[in-house]
Amino acid sequence: MSSLIHAEYPVEKGDYVRAGEASTDIKRRLKQLGVSSSVMRRVAVASYEVELNLVIHSLGGKLELDVGPEGVFLISTDVGPGIPDIAMAMREGYSTASEEARSLGFGAGMGLPNMKRNADDFDIQSEVGKGTRIAMRFNLA
Amino acid sequence: MTFADMVKVLHAKVLVGEEKIDNPARTACCSDLMSDVLAFVNEKTVLITGLTNPHVLRTADMLDLKCLVFARGKVPTDDILEAAEEQGLIVMTTKETAFTTCGLLYEAGLRGVPIEWPEEEQA
Repeated sequence: MSSLIHAEYPVEKGDYVRAGEASTDIKRRLKQLGVSSSVMRRVAVASYEVELNLVIHSLGGKLELDVGPEGVFLISTDVGPGIPDIAMAMREGYSTASEEARSLGFGAGMGLPNMKRNADDFDIQSEVGKGTRIAMRFNLA
Repeated sequence: MTFADMVKVLHAKVLVGEEKIDNPARTACCSDLMSDVLAFVNEKTVLITGLTNPHVLRTADMLDLKCLVFARGKVPTDDILEAAEEQGLIVMTTKETAFTTCGLLYEAGLRGVPIEWPEEEQA
């Protein structure tokens, strides 16, 4: 795939202060590229959700952005702990988020279903003890 | 209704975005749960909340929200207000509770943001 933009953002476990910085930058880049506001908004929401998931649930990971003729691609990979039951994690309202995350207004169990709803293609792979990879693609129009 | 009308109805104080308050406000939502706001809000609307942390701002940025109303007299810290200004938001604070804020605005003609349910979830 020929990529117009490639960017990588490391995301640290528990870093609630910086959570959202990657997504803010991703939105800014898409705006510079002239991506339509409705697409930009869907990418931004999914990106913020996945970035928060990395902060809240993972042991650390990274978010990657690629933009090409086939669309906008967001890939999140982390180094663990992995999701034991993906079907359960995909259910609206199910969450294992900490009190800290909940006190900030998150952990309602809407993250993964919301990513799936906003993306045109959504794939999640996870292995306990190894990590989780979430890949999303968004049509440009 | 304009944002200026909202200020009047709520006896609110405008903290940021005074120059935009004559613009029209059509819909609103109210939540302290940013997860829910990210999941159901589909338009550039008003958010009424009691949360004043930076994630309210991030959420507003991701969704291109137009206005934040902090209920129960809450005022965010200066760095949050500066960020709100950079984002081009209108921010106001009212002494009313979130419930009363919603009630007063509804009575004055403002309506809830429409929610689109996926087909399989429709009752």
